[in-house]
Parts: sequence; structure tokens; C-alpha cells
Amino acid sequence: MEGVLHQVLSGIASGGIYASVALALVMIYQATHHVNFAQGEMATFSTYIALTLINFGLPYWIAFVITVVVSFVIGLLIERILMRPMMDAPVLASVGVFIGLLLIINSCTGWAFDYMIKTFPTPFPGGPVLFSGYVSGHELGATAVTLVVLIAVYLFFRHTKLGLAMRAAAFNPVSSRLVGIRVGWMLALGWGLAAAIGAIAGMMVAPIVYLDPNMMSGILLYSFAGALLGGIDNPLGAVLGGFAVGIIENLAGAYLVGTELKLTVALIIIVSVLVVKPSGLLGRTVLSRV
Amino acid sequence: MPVLLEARGLHAGYGETHVLHGIDFAVEQGGVTALLGANGAGKTTTLRAICGMVRTSGEIRLGDERIDGRATEDIVQRGVAHVPDGRGTFVELTVEENLKLGAYIRRDRDGIARDFDRVFGYFPRLRERFRQQAGTLSGGEQQMLAIARALLLRPRLLLLDEPSFGLAPLIVQEIFAIMHRIRAEEGVSILLVEQNASLALEIAEQAYLLETGRIVISGPAAEIRRDESVRRSYLGY
Amino acid sequence: MARNAVVAVVLWLAAALLPVLLFSDYHLFQMTMVVVYAIAILGLAILTGFNGQISLGHGAFYAIGAYVTAILMSGYDVPYWATLPVSAIVCAAVGFLIGLPALRLGGLYLALTTFALAVAVPQLLKHNALEPWTGGVQGLVIDKPDPPFGLDLSPDAWLYLFSLFIGGVLFLLAWNVVRGRIGRAMMAIRDHALAAEAMGIDIALLKTRTFALSAMYTGIAGSLGAIVVQFVAPDSFGIFVSIYFFVGLVVGGVSSIGGAILGGAFIEFVPNLAEKVSKAAPGAVYGVILIAVMFLMPAGAAGFIGALFARFRRGTKSAVVASAITGETGADKLSAAAALPGGADPDAGGNRSL
Repeated sequence: MEGVLHQVLSGIASGGIYASVALALVMIYQATHHVNFAQGEMATFSTYIALTLINFGLPYWIAFVITVVVSFVIGLLIERILMRPMMDAPVLASVGVFIGLLLIINSCTGWAFDYMIKTFPTPFPGGPVLFSGYVSGHELGATAVTLVVLIAVYLFFRHTKLGLAMRAAAFNPVSSRLVGIRVGWMLALGWGLAAAIGAIAGMMVAPIVYLDPNMMSGILLYSFAGALLGGIDNPLGAVLGGFAVGIIENLAGAYLVGTELKLTVALIIIVSVLVVKPSGLLGRTVLSRV
Repeated sequence: MPVLLEARGLHAGYGETHVLHGIDFAVEQGGVTALLGANGAGKTTTLRAICGMVRTSGEIRLGDERIDGRATEDIVQRGVAHVPDGRGTFVELTVEENLKLGAYIRRDRDGIARDFDRVFGYFPRLRERFRQQAGTLSGGEQQMLAIARALLLRPRLLLLDEPSFGLAPLIVQEIFAIMHRIRAEEGVSILLVEQNASLALEIAEQAYLLETGRIVISGPAAEIRRDESVRRSYLGY
Repeated sequence: MARNAVVAVVLWLAAALLPVLLFSDYHLFQMTMVVVYAIAILGLAILTGFNGQISLGHGAFYAIGAYVTAILMSGYDVPYWATLPVSAIVCAAVGFLIGLPALRLGGLYLALTTFALAVAVPQLLKHNALEPWTGGVQGLVIDKPDPPFGLDLSPDAWLYLFSLFIGGVLFLLAWNVVRGRIGRAMMAIRDHALAAEAMGIDIALLKTRTFALSAMYTGIAGSLGAIVVQFVAPDSFGIFVSIYFFVGLVVGGVSSIGGAILGGAFIEFVPNLAEKVSKAAPGAVYGVILIAVMFLMPAGAAGFIGALFARFRRGTKSAVVASAITGETGADKLSAAAALPGGADPDAGGNRSL
């Protein structure tokens, strides 16, 4: 029984990471109907930036904030420069561009920061803390950070004018222009925000899985599964899906298939969702006109 | 009466298709101008041309500046509110959010609050459905929402694309009655595109008839309404 | 058409004889890998280019083919050439099975799912339960086969000719399929599935069969690759294998048979050159070229060459050569140059809440 509790709590901690990345994916998907295959690489790159700043001597949280801001700008620039022309392109073309982006960022990360595995510091007091040692200090802290981020994003979108404009631009770009919203910039902001969220997720997960250029590929997979499970056009669904996947993955890894097959669990979730209910648990079924 | 919007030699099209072939028209300040014509005549394209949503050549003047070639967002900033065909409602958002978006470019909090009240005066049903998701509204209510949203811009020029489309006759009457009020009370100039010519001619002062991208008849609405031969051959009643 | 065929055969024979006579063993090894990759990419072209099902996970079939061959050769002493039919059947079956759920997935979701498959494959291959066969993390080592009948050829030369022969057969088969009724049906599904269905094409059957055929090709390529490289290990079959096949497909020409050869050459030689600059360079080069192709040359190198030669078309020899090389079969609907999703429909975008 304690084992289950431990797995669940751990699952919530990693679920927070997946929820964040899933949210980033859904934000971009909602606005553009594209899946950002390069989301993981962007987050990894951001995490390396943070490490560089920390090694430079900056205190953790200062490096954290700078990294978030820099990542925001990078995301914004990627959208403005690369994604604008690809807005209406056919699926294959956009998939190609995203994969290309994945390759470029992955290579840049390897080139700029080398391929050795590195440790990444955590700002939270280490060692098992709460619930008689079921949760480490970092897991708790990371969960708290991701929850704060998710709530902040929610409040931003629901209760600010800019957040409303961004949602409007994602849902209906034509009507948005007709009320004076600069849709292009809303998309760029969305990308910036997604990149920033990804950076935070990367910095929270790096102390656990160690930092190397391919750190996020598995996490990206879990996040895909979470986003699909919750509904790829539903931010709340994506978040819940991310947490769910975290818990499922941990429980399945501990009791069903062994930790070596956890990625397969993600794959099974993805296939099951897409085959049984493609819009996800909370998504709307979209009918398309022939 | 001074002219608010004027188009000269306006051509417009989509990709390879050339829809408008050099039309001239004008919307008088404070009045209602009707743009009539059958399906495919180019009425919607004309409104889109004014808003910079399609490729154009020729001149479009709003007040004393040219707006042809400008981005839609810039034209909206200059006080042009467009209620597109199909309403253009943000169906995933609530009525409240739709209305707030109408006032997106405005900064005057008090003015916006007063305008909300005025708009509820015209469309009390919107106040009832304030927090409802806009997609769940009926067709007529969505049309009201679209008009209300446009009014919240406090526009100089209101473009209405087929407000009667797809609505039951009673609802259409209700909406047009409200439009008479709006015209009287708001002082906004209106360019009304309609297939339902009789309704449009009742409310308009000036009218233009489009046929395959060209203006074939223009003049005071009252005259056109009286002219039986025009009504029979072009307007179908 | 006959002239095209003659030219193609001549080129193929030249490709067979000249390298064997002129190249060193190492270069022959590289040429063999070009053939292997070309076959793998051709498999992907069949599925993605001609049938419109985007796969970012074809490395999985490559891995399955490689492991089938490796297991049979090292565990059961099956001769190398006999492993190919087995690999073909296994991969076709797996392809068919994957094609079934894939029926319900449209472009982007299929890309996502196959991406997930590719990421999950190395972990699966390392799993304890399979270790007795797969050799776990260390993988399996295979012996390089000797030329048969005591021919006076180096093993590398023999493998090159062997692969070229298999490749020739497979390319010919693909050529026939694509130009025939099945090919037209495949492309009809790619371009407008609903219309294709209305015309009586059994979409489900054709799509799953195409998946099977595509998987078979890439699986055979995997088998050949294993024989040539003499080694299989889980970590050589990660997500980047699938991604590189995709890059090769796009660069060579998405729905082009001949383009697969260009793509194969691209992914064999570019890393070699790029790695001289830095370890990270190959990925960056791929990424930049991939994006550049999407923007500038959506029909890939084959399309570019075809267009170039089209200028001189009018019964000249170069036009014949061009069509022989590119094997293009009409409009490349998946490329960005083709009609936008909404066409010229002015009502596309925004919503109509009627």
C-alpha cells in the first residue's frame, strides 16, 4: 500500500512536468492546428541556458527568471520567422518544418553544450521530506512550481484582456481581425508562452533525469499522451491528462510492465485514445464539413 | 449629406477569380446604404474589400483617408465594424467575452460600460444569456450578439452582411426593427448587404444593385422601391 | 515508355559494374548503404508520398527487419539470403497490423503516433523478456557472408551487387504498382479520400495493404543493412533513424521513385561530410535542408531535376533520362506547392455559426 502511495505521489510530481509540456503543446495546437514536435528540444535548450547561467555564478532563481524570459523571446522569434509562412501549408510541409526545427535545435544544443550528461541543481532542500519519505523535497517543490505556473496561465487566459485576445485569435482568427486584434502577434505570444512553460518544465525535470541533449524526448512522448488523453484542443484537459499519465506511467511501471517499458505505456495510451476517442476525454468532437 | 465611405473603380478577387469589376459607390454619413444583388453578385466581397480581407485595386476612402491596401486591424482602428456573413461569433467563448472583444481596441472604461447598457437596451436577451457559451445561442440571438459586438466598437461605419440569412421571418422582423432604432439613435453610418431587398429598401436611403461584380442600378431607395419594373426584373418581388 | 525502360536498365547495369571495377571496399560499403537506405526510403515513399499517410516511425520496421535477420543468422544459422523473405513477411504482417488502427488517424495524428512508436522502439528492444533473442543492450553480431560459387569478388563487392539486385527488383515492383491501377487508387485516396470512396475504392483495405507493402520494403532494407553492417543493437534504432528516413524522403522527392535513390545517397553521404565539421553538424544540416526544401523545393531534388529537364522536353534524350530517373507520376499533392487546404475558398477560416 505504501508502495502505491509513493508511486502515485511520484506520479503527480512527474505528472506536473507532463502537464506543463502538454499545456504548451495544446496552446500551439489550438492556435495553429500544428503539433510542435520540437517542443522537447526547445525545453532542453532552455535548460542548458539555465545551467550555463548557474555555472556562471548567478543564483538559481535569477538564472531561472532570465532563462524563462530568454526562452519566451526565442519562442516568439521562431514563430515570427519560421512559422508565419507555414500557417496554411499542408500537413506534410508543416510536419517537415517542425521536424527540421527539432533537428536544428537538437544539434545546436549538442554543439553549444556538448554531449556529456550533466547534473542540474535543484533549489529545493533535498532528501525525502513529506509523508514519511514518500516524496523528495525536489518532487514537492517541482510540483508546487508547476502548479503555480499552471494556475497563473489559467488566470491569465481567463481574466486578462490579452489572454482573451489570444484565445480569440486561436479560435477564430478572421473574426479576431475584425475586432482589431493583431492575430500574428497573438500567435507569436502564444509561442513565447509555450516556450517559457517548456523551459520551466525542463528546469524542474533536469535534476531528476539528468541533463543531456536528448533529455526531453521521452518526456515529450508522455506529454503527447497526456495532451491527447485530455483533449488536444482543451488546455484544462491537457493538464489533467498530463497528471493522469504521470500517475498511470508510474503505477504501470511499478506493477505491470516494469520500468523499462514505460515509454510503451505512453504509446499504448496514445494509440488507445486516438482509436477510441480521438478528441480525448474532455475535448469536443469536431465535425468537419466535407 | 456628406459622404463617409467612398469607393472608386474598385476591383477585387480571390486568387485567380476576379469578382468586382471596377465599382463605384458611396455611403452617406449617418445614413443607411443598401447593397443588393443575387447570390454570387459580389456583395460579400465588397464588404471584405472595405475591410482589407481580400486583394483589391482601386480607391476606397473613409472620411478623407484612403483605406485600400491597409491591414484589417488598421481599418478596424479607424472605426469600421464588420458583421460578417455567418455572424463570425466566437462560439467557444461566452456572450460576455464576445462583447468584451467588440470593445477590444477601446480604452475608455466608462464609455464601454455605458455602451454595454445601451446594447442591452437594444438586445435584452443578451443580458439574460450573458455568461452562456455563445455557440449555444439560437441563430437570431447570435445575429443580435454579432451586431451588439460591432456596436461596442463605437464605429463610424457599420458593415452588415446579410443579417437576415438563415433566420425565421419573425426574428428577422425583430432584428430589423431594432436596426431602425439603432439607425435613429446611434448616428452610425450603415452599409447593409442583403438578399432580402424589400426589407433593405425599407430602411435604406440609398441603394445599389450588384450583378456579377458590376453596379447596374443605383439611386435613392424610395425610387427603386417604387419602380415596379426594377423590382420585378432584379429584385424578384 | 520502352525507351525509358532501356535507359533505366542501362543505368542500373552501369551502377552495378562500374563501382565494382573502380571502387575500394570501403566505398563499396558506402554504396551498399546508399542502396539500403534507398530501399527504406522507397518504402516510406510508398506510404507517405503515394498514399498520403505520414509516418515518422519507419525506423521501427527497419529495426524489425534488422533483428529478424540478425536473430535468424546468429541464433539459427539461417543463410543471409534466406532471411530476406522471412523479414519481408514479418514486416508486412506488422505493417498491416499497425495499418489497422492507423486507419482512424489523419495526417497529423498519424505522424504523432508513429513518432511515439519510433521513440518507444529502443526501449522495447532492450526489454528483458526479449533478451535471449535480441541480445539485450549489447545486441547481436553477424558474420559477413562470402560471395557464392567461389566468385573472385570481395565480400563487400558481392554484398553491393546482391543489394543492388534486390533493390532493382524492389524498385521495379514499386514502379509497376505505382503506375498501375493500385497506384492510382493509392493516390486517389491521398488526394481526396471521400471522392475515392465514392468511386468504389475500398479505402480501408487499400490503406492497410499499402502500410504492409511499405513496411515490407523498409524491413527488407533493415535486413540488408544488418547484413552489411554486421551488427544490430537497440540504440542504433532510435527516433533519429525514422527522422533521417523522413528527411531523405523529402529531400529526394516525396512521391518519386527515383527520388528515393537521391534520398538514400543524401543520408549516407551528408553525415560523413558534415561530421568533419562537428559532431552536431549532421543534424543541423538535415534540419536546415529539410526546412529549406519545404519552403523552396517542395517536390524535392527529383522534382527539381524533373522540372529542369522539362524545359528541354520535346523528345530529346535528356527528357527520357529525366523521367527514367525521377519516375514522377503526376502532381505532387502533398507538397506545399499544391493547393492550400481550403483551396481558393474565401470562406475558409473563421467559423460559420449557422
